Amino acid sequence: MASTPHVAVVGGGSTGTGIARDLAMRGLDVTLVEQGNLTHGTTGRMHGLLHSGGRYAVSDRSSAEECIEENRVLREIAAHCVEETGGLFVKRPEDPEEYFEEKLRGCEACGIPAEVLSGREARRREPHLAADVEKAIAVPDGAVDPFRLVVANAASAGQHGARIETHSKVTDLLVEGGEVVGVEVEHGAKSGERVHGVQSGREQIRADHVVNATGAWAGRVAEMAGLDVAVRPSKGVMTIMNVRQVDTVINHCRPKGDADIVVPHETTAILGTTDEEVSDPEDYPEEQWEVDLVIDELSELIPILAEARTIRSFWGVRPLYEPPDVGSEDPTDITRDYFLLSHADRDGVPGLTSIVGGKFTTYRMMAEEIADHVCDRFGVDADCRTADVPLPGSEDVDLLRDYMDEFGLRSPIGRRSVERLGSRADRVLRTDEPNPVLCDCEGVTRAEVRDAIDDVGTDLNAVRIRTRASMGNCQGGFCCHRLAAELHPEHGEPTVRDSWDDLLQERWKGQRHALWGRQLSQAMLNYALHATTQNRDRDPAAGGPPLDYDAFDDGPGATDGPSDGRSPTATDGGDHGD
Amino acid sequence: MAIESDVLVIGGGLAGLTAGISAAREGAHVRLITHKQSTLRQASGLVDVLGYVDGEPVADPFAAVPDLPADHPYRIVGESGVREGLALFDDVTDYRGDHTDRNALVPTHGGTVKPTARYPASAAAGLASDDRDALLVGFETLVDFDAPLAADHLGAAGAPFAADGATVRFPGDLRPDAKVTRYAHLLDENRPVDVDGRRLPACEALAERVRPHLDGHERVGFPAVLGDDDPAAVRAALAAELGADVFEVPMGPPSLPGLRLADRLYDALDEAGASLETGVPVVDHEGGDRIERVLVDRKGATVPYAADQYVLATGGLVGKGVESDRGGVREPVFDCRVPHPADRYDWFEDGVFGDHAFARFGVDPDGELRPTDERGDPEFENVRAAGSVLGGYDFPAEKSGAGVSLATGRSAGVLATEAL
Repeated sequence: MASTPHVAVVGGGSTGTGIARDLAMRGLDVTLVEQGNLTHGTTGRMHGLLHSGGRYAVSDRSSAEECIEENRVLREIAAHCVEETGGLFVKRPEDPEEYFEEKLRGCEACGIPAEVLSGREARRREPHLAADVEKAIAVPDGAVDPFRLVVANAASAGQHGARIETHSKVTDLLVEGGEVVGVEVEHGAKSGERVHGVQSGREQIRADHVVNATGAWAGRVAEMAGLDVAVRPSKGVMTIMNVRQVDTVINHCRPKGDADIVVPHETTAILGTTDEEVSDPEDYPEEQWEVDLVIDELSELIPILAEARTIRSFWGVRPLYEPPDVGSEDPTDITRDYFLLSHADRDGVPGLTSIVGGKFTTYRMMAEEIADHVCDRFGVDADCRTADVPLPGSEDVDLLRDYMDEFGLRSPIGRRSVERLGSRADRVLRTDEPNPVLCDCEGVTRAEVRDAIDDVGTDLNAVRIRTRASMGNCQGGFCCHRLAAELHPEHGEPTVRDSWDDLLQERWKGQRHALWGRQLSQAMLNYALHATTQNRDRDPAAGGPPLDYDAFDDGPGATDGPSDGRSPTATDGGDHGD
Repeated sequence: MAIESDVLVIGGGLAGLTAGISAAREGAHVRLITHKQSTLRQASGLVDVLGYVDGEPVADPFAAVPDLPADHPYRIVGESGVREGLALFDDVTDYRGDHTDRNALVPTHGGTVKPTARYPASAAAGLASDDRDALLVGFETLVDFDAPLAADHLGAAGAPFAADGATVRFPGDLRPDAKVTRYAHLLDENRPVDVDGRRLPACEALAERVRPHLDGHERVGFPAVLGDDDPAAVRAALAAELGADVFEVPMGPPSLPGLRLADRLYDALDEAGASLETGVPVVDHEGGDRIERVLVDRKGATVPYAADQYVLATGGLVGKGVESDRGGVREPVFDCRVPHPADRYDWFEDGVFGDHAFARFGVDPDGELRPTDERGDPEFENVRAAGSVLGGYDFPAEKSGAGVSLATGRSAGVLATEAL
């Protein structure tokens, strides 16, 4: 090869960043573009389950085998993103016995360690399980933080020379002589100085190869080159509880159905999900019945969920794909397998490869296959090393110790910070300045927030997904302004205010689906704090006619300003202050 | 047998305290019971009466009362009721603002300004219509107030004075996550602390840190942690050191001005001769058209409390005087009706500051502040409601929370006594 091939990867989810990391580690010159934040699409909107494969052990054994293989890889290379919770498939009286047996046999056939527990043993592990749960299969399911994992992949790619551009939307594919030769992107900028990526404006990125790793958006990107990729987006709701009712992943052991899983995740538990085909991955209804369904159904497995506090709900869109001749009616019938579409082979349009379908747990394997495919095209002879080299933050897992004394942080906060940061903890937390807690719910300190701001600038949502700040009980009610203040004085006041508004609005959006009981009380308190105490809703700085300051009281001792018919009590302003 | 009183006030926030004080001053034997800490600790300590109507700023809240919707609590008690609530408040506190009908604009800790009718003496030198230049001072570890940002924000809000901001390290060896009361007590006690190699009394040491930033500013604003026991003395000491007026910028929870106000009102309740019991939730009630008695949980024992008249001042959604679940909204103590849309997706708007129906949740009172049923009849002839358990107004949008509590609290206290 005369020169290193340049690859443009479109999509900043797990697959895209995984591909970027893999190709960059193999020495290719990579640029990744993502229309929003990293994890903006499907990856940031999943329940964080690290599959053991048990879920697919009956219906799709090849997927199940891939899952258990990758499950083991991620525990090694991404230790700081994974919590080894274990998982249970629990059987209620009305669930078919045959299916339970099939599940068990499937796990054995796929090499998934599985153990049968009696109902009593299952309740000893998870005391909130319903009294009529008959038995369960224990499997090595886990919980994974998709934000942390994707950020680590992007960071690793960057360390290997890749360029990562977020808030950069692909507006066109460059096609010359029937071949895709690059992408045109619009780099995002908000008002004034709020440039999110490296630059603002429009850019043509020429590439030897373009990888379309945009999941549910893959059809739209392919269409820019006149190609047909029939992705079938399917939405699903996830409802977040304010505490962990369970510390193990709980699956309902039945053939298929909505609302059958609870995943403990950090300080929360996430209930999921529904499966409804939608026409547009960005615009679909988020409906009350879906929230009610997951709470009602899962309360049968874990009765206290019926009365528990939910803090918000969010929806994700699966990038389902099936080859054109299958034609499933029901989205739950569509395979979760992934497909590599070489548009050179399939459509006679070289220069573009799409990756569709698949699961988060197998993102690295998908990335490896794509990277192999790209390297083959260019005759690059380099081995994949992503299964062996730990991600940034997971290089030395022995560092996950209690940092209480070392950084002057109280014990639980120090421990959580170190869990989030992994082996980066030393560098981030070692500061000469005071390091107070900014987000009380999640125990996030100023040093962590500043580290995230160094990484992503004014985008407080990107700060949020890196730190978990504003993701707890109060949903930002007590900390949005604190996070915004950390942007100042590097960024001017209007920029800070704009970022602050964006975060407030984003935090509100998901909370709307949890507005009853204690979360409604919280919402009212947040509203009172923001509108009454801070007057954020009528901020004179936000525009509108200027406030007539002279029309208002300037103090009992003041002599200027309009008279209200009473004599000033002092002429020298001497009454000011006390 | 039951524990008896003429008037039983349930709730220890601004409305309950005002009701208790006014009923006791009218001569009733008053007992006030509260369950939890007063939500005054969550509030800024400012007393807003009416800051906005239909989104437009209001300079004279009294003049705006007649234009409010007919079901607004202010329309039930009338402009005179609002004035009398404030008069009671002015009588028992040393708040400022009673020299004029006009609202004052007070800087918020976020850096904007908001209209309020009464402000603590500690905030008086900070008024935004005062054109003297101001220095705002924040502390490195007090994360709710970023003074340089707030100063820039005041500029963007068009304040008629120049504001500058500085962040200093608070003297003394406080942890980065110390409670606000730790700051206040250190200043109250004014004990010597080490600063730049010297030992100085705390107020002097703080002034030492601020002085390099003073630069001729005539007034200096600090986060509202300037003393708990004797804030006036702390301000006076700082002012003398700095040669400038000193003021506090009201903060969010836990709010020292809110706590100071609660202390003052509890004292006034005591001075009026009322009795007080805290930490006791009402768990049930007995009676038909009249409430005969309520059952109170005292350390696990259920104790009956009987009164001739009851004032319900248990707060709104924040204070848990209004509760909800996925199916609906209710008032939990007397199970009074709370009007609300049947579909819970109609309780809110999509924008964070939209016209949320939930902000108006509360009981629907008749002309005597008695909660009513679907037919508009009083649920009970001897129960009156006051403060944010009342529905029909959006206090965050209007900036009317304290004013409604004072006006309806006083009115409920007087009406209850008249009914004896």
